[in-house]
Formats: sequence, C-alpha cells, structure tokens
Amino acid sequence: MDSQCAGRLDLIVEKYRGARGAAIPLLADVQREVGCVSREALEYVGRRLSIPPAELFGVATFYAMFRFKPQGKYLVRLCRGTACHVQGSAGLLQRVERELGISDGETTPDLLFTLQCVACLGCCSLAPVMMVNGDVHGRLTPDAAVKVLNGLREAN
Amino acid sequence: MSETLVTVGLASCGIAAGALPVAEELRRLLNGRVKEVGCLGYCYMEPLVSVIRDGKTYVYGHVDVEAARRIASELDGGEMSAALRERLILTDDPNETGSESERASKQVRIVLRNSGLIDPKSIDEYIARGGYKALERAVKEMSREDVIKEVKDSGLRGRGGAGFPTGMKWGFARGAKAAEPNASNPNGTDKYMVCNADEGDPGAFMDRSVLESDPHSVIEGMAIGAYAVGASHGVIYCRAEYPMAIKHLGIALEQARERGYIGEGAKERFGDPDFSFDMYIKEGAGAFVCGEETALIASVEGKRGMPRPRPPFPANSGIWGKPTNINNVETWANVPWIIQNGAAAFSAYGCGKSKGTKVFALAGKIKKGGLAEVPMGMTLREVIYGIAGGIEKDRSFKAVQLGGPSGGCVPESLLDTPVDYESINATGAIMGSGGMVVMDEDTCIVDVARFFLAFVQKESCGKCPFCRIGTKRMLETLERITNGSGRSDDLDRLLSLASIVKDGSLCGLGQTAPNPVLTTVKYFRSEYEAHIGEKRCPAKVCAALIRYSIDESRCVGCGRCAKNCPVKAISGSLKNPHRIDDALCVRCGLCAKNCPVSCISVE
Repeated sequence: MDSQCAGRLDLIVEKYRGARGAAIPLLADVQREVGCVSREALEYVGRRLSIPPAELFGVATFYAMFRFKPQGKYLVRLCRGTACHVQGSAGLLQRVERELGISDGETTPDLLFTLQCVACLGCCSLAPVMMVNGDVHGRLTPDAAVKVLNGLREAN
Repeated sequence: MSETLVTVGLASCGIAAGALPVAEELRRLLNGRVKEVGCLGYCYMEPLVSVIRDGKTYVYGHVDVEAARRIASELDGGEMSAALRERLILTDDPNETGSESERASKQVRIVLRNSGLIDPKSIDEYIARGGYKALERAVKEMSREDVIKEVKDSGLRGRGGAGFPTGMKWGFARGAKAAEPNASNPNGTDKYMVCNADEGDPGAFMDRSVLESDPHSVIEGMAIGAYAVGASHGVIYCRAEYPMAIKHLGIALEQARERGYIGEGAKERFGDPDFSFDMYIKEGAGAFVCGEETALIASVEGKRGMPRPRPPFPANSGIWGKPTNINNVETWANVPWIIQNGAAAFSAYGCGKSKGTKVFALAGKIKKGGLAEVPMGMTLREVIYGIAGGIEKDRSFKAVQLGGPSGGCVPESLLDTPVDYESINATGAIMGSGGMVVMDEDTCIVDVARFFLAFVQKESCGKCPFCRIGTKRMLETLERITNGSGRSDDLDRLLSLASIVKDGSLCGLGQTAPNPVLTTVKYFRSEYEAHIGEKRCPAKVCAALIRYSIDESRCVGCGRCAKNCPVKAISGSLKNPHRIDDALCVRCGLCAKNCPVSCISVE
C-alpha cells in the first residue's frame, strides 16, 4: 500500500479507535475512501485497531453493501422486488445484462457501469424501476432502460 | 385573505415520477413561494401539486411542467380551467369534486396524519399540527405506568408483522432490571429503545414513506416510549437503500435536540431530571435478516447480523446486554396519536383483537398503486377494488401476496377476508409489514413461489442448516419445475422440506420462508401440476415451457419484430412473412408486444 493511501486510512482508523461496535461504519468509510474493501485495506486497518482482519472480513462478506472490487462510475441498481418482478423486471435485467455485457454484481471493463440487483427500492408503484447513482427511473421498459444507459455512456 | 400556498410532493416516489422539474418551474414562476412536502400516498398520480387558497385545498395529479405553469397562472382563483379540473384529485371545496375523493374517504389517516401535508424538514410545521404535544403530555402529566397502560388499552400491536401487543412489550422492558453498575458500565440503568426501519420486504414501502414525509412522528413516538420504559438510548436502524429517509431523520433529530425534546435540553424543557433520552441513526448495510430483532441487535453491535436463540429476550438482554425494546416505524408513528387522542379513540377503529389502522403499500397489477391507511377489518376486496382501483386493464384477479417473503398468496375465493392479524393468519399468509402485491392472470404462481424462495435463499444468514440447505433444496426443486423438468414427487418433496425448514429454523426468516410455497400449493395446486405433469405454464411466463411463433398467414412483413428482437432470432425480408428461430429465441416477448397486427402468439 502506498503511503498516501495509508495516510488516508489512518484518519479513518483514528476516528474509530476505541469505539464499540463500529465495524460497519468503519468498513463503509474504508470503502468510500478506497473504492472497495480490499484485502490490503482490511488487513491494514485491522492491524492498526487490533481487530483480527478475519473479523472485519466476516462482517464485510455478510452485508450486501460491501464490495471487494472497485465499482464503476455508475452504480446501476436494478430492483428485483416482488412488484417489479410481476411487472417484468426479469426481462429488464436480461436486456440490461446483454446491453452492458456483464451480469449481476459485475463491472464493465471501462469501469463505467456496475450492475447490482437489489431486493426492493421501495418505489413499487413505479415498477419496474432501477436506480442509477441515486436517481430512480420508474415504469421502465427494456428499451427505456437501455436509453438511460446509453445516455450516460454518451455523456462520458 | 390568507396567502395562497403551493406544495409539491418531493418524496422518493414523487421525484422518480418527475416532480423535481415541476417544483423548479413553480419556484421560478412564484418567486420561491413553494413548499416541499412528503408523500400523500397517491403514488400513481405523482407528481402531485397542492394549492391552498382561502383555507381550501386543491390537489392536482400527474402535474408536468406544462400543468405547473397553468397552476401558477390560475393561482389567484377564479374559474378553474378544464385542463386543471381534469387533474384535480382531491379537494375540500364543496363546489368541486376530486377524482380520488371517494377513495380518500375510505381511509383513516393516523400514521399518515401529516404525510404529504407538512414539510418533513420543518419541526415548526410538525408542531403546528399538534406535534410533540403528546410527548409533553406524557412526561408532564402522566406517570410511566399511565403511558404503558394507555398504549396497552389502545390495543396497538406491532406493525412490523408479528403483531405482538406493544404495551405489553413496553411493560417487559420497563420491568427489566438493567445490569448493576460497574466500572465498564457506569450508568447501570441504561436501556435502549430501537426503531426498526430495516424495511426489507420487497413490495413494502410504508416505512420509507413515513420516514421521508413525517420523521418527527417516529422520533416523538420513540421519546414517549423511552419515557415510559425508562430508557436513555435510542437507535433508529434504517436501511441504507433509503437515502432520503436517513437524510430527513438526521435533520429532524437535530431539530428535536435543538428544541430540547430529546437530548440534554429535555430535562429542562420537561422539568423532569429523570428524563434523558437521545438517539442516533444506524445505517443498515443490506441484509434482510437484520429485520429480525436479535439479528438487528447483533448488527447494531457491529457484528454479522445473525439471530440468536431467545430467551433471553431483548427486553432483558438486547444491545450490549442491556434491556432493549424494538418497535417498527409504523408502530412508533401511532404512539403520539394514541397519547394525544386517547386509547378509546384509537380502539374505536378496527375489529376483534386488531385495533386502529394499517398502512398498506399497494403495488403489482393494480390501477392505483400507492399507500393506503385503512381501518383494520376492511376486507381485502375493498382494499384492492375500492381503494387500489382493481386490476390493471381490467384483467382478472389471480392472487394477492401479503407479508412479503414470510407471507403468502391469497386467492380470489378469500378476498372477503378482513384485514386483521388473526383472519389473515388463518389464510396461511401473514399481515406482515403491509406489502400488498396484486397479481393477475398473467402472473405465474409457481414462478412467484420460486422468486420468493430465491430471495430467502439468498438472504438466509446460514446459521441454521435447515434454513441454509433446506431453502436451497426447495429452490432447486422449484427451478426444476419451472424449467420443465419437474418430477411427479416434487410437490411432496416441497411440502416435506417446507415443514422441516419451518421446524428447524431459529428465527422468523427460516420459520416463515416456506409460506409462499405452502400457500401457493394450497390454493393453486393445479398450476403446479400443469408445470410438472403437462410441462405447461398456464400463465405463459416460464421461459422453458413456452414458445413464440408467427402466424405467417397474417404477418404483414413490417419487420418490427425483427427490429425489436434483442437476439436477432427473427428473420424475413420486408413485406414477406417473418419467422422466429426457436433455438435462438430468449422468450422476452418483445416481438409480440411490438407486432402491429398481433400475429405473434405464445404457446
């Protein structure tokens, strides 16, 4: 790990030193700083805080929020909740996967898109929906979803 | 004449429907005199804009930028234009009728009393509508026992799904002895009040809406509970998928602290040296099982969110081993209303052992999706047809899914079941947190069961082998059935696995995971049998069991199907009949949807 990255992690380490039960926000901060919870970063903060890296790794693997590889610029969260399912989100997923050439949980080689299926975004009355970096797109058709993605691709 | 006020609904659903440009246009035209409000529950009509003029309210639906300009130009009253009148959904002006007035009249708004009416970021607006009066009343005029008794008498039961009586739960936590003080635990009387806002059931969004639209009602409820139980710490465990809820809660907590309703200032404000309560927001990290009490506690402590056996119950040993009381968002939002209006007013609504109201998130194949708060005891039929407007495109009703992955599918024959805990349980479904997903004839019930099994399988924490492996085996069986390789003994196998998983799991997730399968086998057995015996999907959903074909005698050769086919499985030259290559076809159905002469059929 380069010293610059270590320095940034040190700030996080100091923030959580002595705090009880802080593993989740600690990991979230690491992820924000590094882009993912890499093994290297986990071992580093674990050592500095005297928490076995295995313990941190155990927490990180349990929750869907944590990822172990860097994420694309746009996080495409495709809702696979019940309401979206009955409104055809499986077809939407199929189309988006084909369009981006990746499956659920993967990132495009150009690091532009990461596709993630999520349980429910809570916008059921607009089903089927997908969220791109916090923006919800509702009542989607496969075509409309592709249009959204193409728009983002062109903007880059 | 009072000033005319314009409000725009800017909760998540409104924004997703395009309310931001509408709000921006109105702000521009009205020099900023526009108020931001939360969700009224009429999600299918979003974006919603209200005009409050001379004490009367006019709510308009489907407001686009064009309609927003019209609203601005007609702001001063006078004759309403036809373009606006057709968008009018609710009003208390006796000379006008809103298209949704009838539906609104069937609802009782207790939990949603402020949602969509106040600016969720303004504590003053909450206070102006009677907010924090209940807390004042509880702390200043009532003993702790009085408060618990009032909640007990109201008949309020947990709205998270299980329906445990709230007052009784508080009583346990009040009676629990906190650990004796020692060096590492100097304040030995610490107890925790927790708000479970880890709304994980797919298809449920009531809690999101309440937190986004009226966060103070939850905070006030928790403070009342904290006073009654004698707790000094509060935690709101909110899922990270709800960024706006977390933001609004954070603002509300800051304001409540500033005004001395919680935090250090509360002692002074209420003149009670023993009342000291503050809370913080704990963001979930995406694990469905954390909605379970003991898993939630583990997660708050920063561990893997795995449930543990009970007893000890959280009331005796919860967060960090301290007595802990957990209620969900909707339960908390009821509390201030009960203290303010009295137990009798609350229990006047409802029936049998289910008092008050229930908020339902209506979604699926219905005309009018959104939130509805109805008195307990209303029938499912009334909710689905009277409030949700019936089935989309007037197709026929097949089932309604209640209670998410822990619940079940209720068929047409049971639509007259009243919504109360006991009656819903008797169908095999559960009340759950209030998600109601309606399915029509085009929904394959076996596919729905497979969908839920895939969900619980993915979310099983893995602690109990029966849940971890049993749900996996069940899912494999269902996948086999939907793939057309079902075996004749698969139904028996599913049922026997279901009872093993139910009996052998520690927490609610595993104990209820088989419910979607059990209810669908019970009510839609013939559909399973068609998949297994005849290798046929009656709803024409399961890809392996259907095939698309073009009726070449009717095909006009427009080429639209070929153009829309994502896998280039359709060939043919213009003005000549086209053909689908079944080996390439992925059964997406886009060709059929785009065919202008409807000559593509699915078998």
